[in-house]
Amino acid sequence: MRYLPHTPADRQAMLAAIGVDGIDALFVDVPGQALLPAALDLPHHAGEMAVEESLTAMAGRSLPAGAAACFLGAGAYRHHVPAAVDHLIQRSEFLTAYTPYQPEVSQGTLQYLFEFQTQVALLTGMEVANASMYDGASACAEAVLMAHRVTKRNKALLCGGLHPHYADATSTVTQFIEFDVDTRPANPSVVEDLGALIDADTACVVVQTPDLFGRLHDLRPLAAAAHAKGALLVAVVTEFVSLGAVMSPGEMGADIVVGEGQAIGNALNFGGPYLGLFATRQKFVRQMPGRVCGETVDEDGRRGYVLTLSTREQHIRREKATSNICTNSGLCCLAFCIHLSLLGEVGLRQLAQLNHSGAVHLAEQLAALDGVEVVNESFFNEFTLRLPRPAEAVVGELVGHGVLAGVPVSRLYPDDPELANLLLVATTETNSEGDVAAFINALREVLS
Amino acid sequence: MSKPIETSSGHRGLDLAEPLIFELDGPGRCGVDLPEPDAVTNRLGGLERQAAIGLPGLSEPQVVRHFVRLSRNNFAIDAGLYPLGSCTMKHNPRLNEKVARLPGFADLHPMQPMETVQGALELIDTLAEWLCALTGMSAIAMSPAAGAHGELCGLMCIRAALEAKGDARQVVLVPTSAHGTNPATAAICGYRIEEIPADDRGRVDLAALKEKLGPHVAAIMLTNPNTCGLFETQIVEIAEAVHAAGAYFYCDGANFNAIVGKVRPGDLGIDCMHLNLHKTFSTPHGGGGPGSGPVVLAEALAPYAPLPMVVRGADGLELVEHKSEALGTAASFGRLKGFHGQMGMFVRALAFILSHGADGLRQVSEDAVLNANYVLARLQDLLTLSFPGPCMHEALFDDRFLQGTGVSTLDFAKAMIDEGFHPMTMYFPLVVSGAMLIEPTESESKDSLDQFIATMRHLAERARQGDAGYFAGAPHLAPYRRLNETQAARQPVLRWRPAVQEAAE
Repeated sequence: MRYLPHTPADRQAMLAAIGVDGIDALFVDVPGQALLPAALDLPHHAGEMAVEESLTAMAGRSLPAGAAACFLGAGAYRHHVPAAVDHLIQRSEFLTAYTPYQPEVSQGTLQYLFEFQTQVALLTGMEVANASMYDGASACAEAVLMAHRVTKRNKALLCGGLHPHYADATSTVTQFIEFDVDTRPANPSVVEDLGALIDADTACVVVQTPDLFGRLHDLRPLAAAAHAKGALLVAVVTEFVSLGAVMSPGEMGADIVVGEGQAIGNALNFGGPYLGLFATRQKFVRQMPGRVCGETVDEDGRRGYVLTLSTREQHIRREKATSNICTNSGLCCLAFCIHLSLLGEVGLRQLAQLNHSGAVHLAEQLAALDGVEVVNESFFNEFTLRLPRPAEAVVGELVGHGVLAGVPVSRLYPDDPELANLLLVATTETNSEGDVAAFINALREVLS
Repeated sequence: MSKPIETSSGHRGLDLAEPLIFELDGPGRCGVDLPEPDAVTNRLGGLERQAAIGLPGLSEPQVVRHFVRLSRNNFAIDAGLYPLGSCTMKHNPRLNEKVARLPGFADLHPMQPMETVQGALELIDTLAEWLCALTGMSAIAMSPAAGAHGELCGLMCIRAALEAKGDARQVVLVPTSAHGTNPATAAICGYRIEEIPADDRGRVDLAALKEKLGPHVAAIMLTNPNTCGLFETQIVEIAEAVHAAGAYFYCDGANFNAIVGKVRPGDLGIDCMHLNLHKTFSTPHGGGGPGSGPVVLAEALAPYAPLPMVVRGADGLELVEHKSEALGTAASFGRLKGFHGQMGMFVRALAFILSHGADGLRQVSEDAVLNANYVLARLQDLLTLSFPGPCMHEALFDDRFLQGTGVSTLDFAKAMIDEGFHPMTMYFPLVVSGAMLIEPTESESKDSLDQFIATMRHLAERARQGDAGYFAGAPHLAPYRRLNETQAARQPVLRWRPAVQEAAE
């Protein structure tokens, strides 16, 4: 077994040094009837070639997005990740290190976490950010719990354009405490007046922009309405590349900004691991969940970094902790941090423009098809189409044309017939003119 | 100690000083080449970004050099023994990295039509079957993102199951030696926590537990092997007592590496348990994640498992993403996170499992336990062992051997850094003074352990000889000296700010 260093002689010598005559003497505390006498009746060990072969065959039974013209989004985006990113995150020193509990030998991790926190704060327009959460949906749930702690109020108002996975994760996490979640109905044709729904029990209003349907929202009026009634505004961003082109939630008055960082530096990975982002105002920092890295000095006066504010955390506070989160998304933060460092100010803004101009072109061409309507007035790189018949069937038919056309809204809301004809379409810099032509031609054909 | 040599560059040989990426900014520079966007009438709804973001500009070689230099300040399992107790820092095979990057796994969008992702669903299903078989449990929830997330999943199943019976209970019992995540999780589920003491053998005090049990108790959360590195010898009696009181038995599976292939937790009477794929199944820790924390469930809890789940339908494998009477998910407690789970971690874990097979996994736990007991046997005369052995996969010492030396557990740990070892877990569990929890894992050879043992013996003797000053100043040879954690917490600086802005504030 290539991963196990001991020879039988080593094992014998070690057992002798311990003073026992067999390995089961070390399992003596296990109740006898529970100790398995032999290996389970399952396949035995296999060489590297055999394992690679079987998993490669399994991988071959799916259609990679890159092998089709892919226009899926809805919270996960296929961007080009520079080769340097994946190379650097596989350096042993990053990949095989633990959480940086010993800062003297973990400055590599700690410094990039500090840089990552700064990048997230800059992009969101907030003062501070943490060192990540599991993903956007769980970060959203944590933001609502934090608003509950800050305001000591017992209700959250979730906009209808919030990704339903985020709304569901929030409802799940709050279901066993005294807290109500009011999730507004999803409908891209309706303009919500959330401000009117805020009352004295409202801890926070949660608004996504661009929202599930791709619409951009000016948060300023809602921020004013929330603050006037003592509630917090939580802004959700599921496509962080948008912040290269769009005003940040912080500039528009958000108190907490959470979101999904996958779009920068991270592959689609069939939905995980992803990267939950969490940013807020300085005054709320002691109510923030999750790990935080801070600057300090070492004994020689050199600037360095440590995990800090741990008195909020579970290993110190136990049941009074701000959250139970422990392991988060370290290596995904690193990928985000490296990719964003490569892009820089110029690159991110150009990438965002490229995504937006591609989406504008695509929307124009789709809108020109008979029976197809673009629902959105505003969008970044994703918008909603209304098709003449149920979107799920259309998407299924387009697979045969080598097109992954988008996410049918019915996949997320199977029980709402009014949404059945809606299709979420996203485009990024990875979509070629050929992809667009394939999509347009195939859609024209299946709708005719 | 001789005075360190000063250099004019700030670099020290291969130890290269590196500023923050923001301090390397060259405005206008860029590390990617992108096509010029077409000029279009924008559809941003009047919300175009006006202000600069403030990101630095660097070329690709500058970025690569920056992160390579940073990486060199990290200790890593690939570089040396990393005996963090309860963390299972084992070898991370590179085959697992390679297969996780196959486009048929890595380049799949989570919302692609089911017929285009059959291979991915097959992978999840195959891993799920292995995990159920290894634990002897009947069902599994694959979506939790880490151990603590798995705890949340397990306790939510328990709470949902109790509420379905109209049985509102208020209390979760947690041993004093538990991971901090256990009580934190129970609190999120709306439970009050009561602690159960350990007995003088480092195990749950069964009599004290029985006293605490009653109709108000929803569950016990117990780590087994426990955080003292010991198997709970009375676990079957504990399970019986818990069940007799109508409560559920949650097992924290953080230490599954000690028993994988040797003991099935299902045979011990547990009702649910999370598995840290980033521990036992070797998905890389990555400096603090991503992890993955699937939860195995007994039949009674299975109906309440979170969405989504993979089921075998008429047209192949299918993801059930919504509550459905027909598919048996109507009672699910809901969704914990976005999409379907930590796919990238699943691929790595399955590669690890297939590489080892049933025989190799059994050898994993045997070697992990052998290594820990070897360390225990060779150190127990000099260090103070907290509880008599044999231990499982980790050996717990405390600071009694340092009494009167002026050296603390922290000082001792920092001196290990100078010797080229990552320190063990310290000051955890809380049930002994100045805990030193050593988990070598199965990845260490006898030679490597002998060197570690010799070093620990040397340090213990040095401490006893009254060299407290040396220890207090350690580490002397690491990239950084001891960092001031008090200052970091009192005046938190959590981000970089440009110098001009600082002056303006």
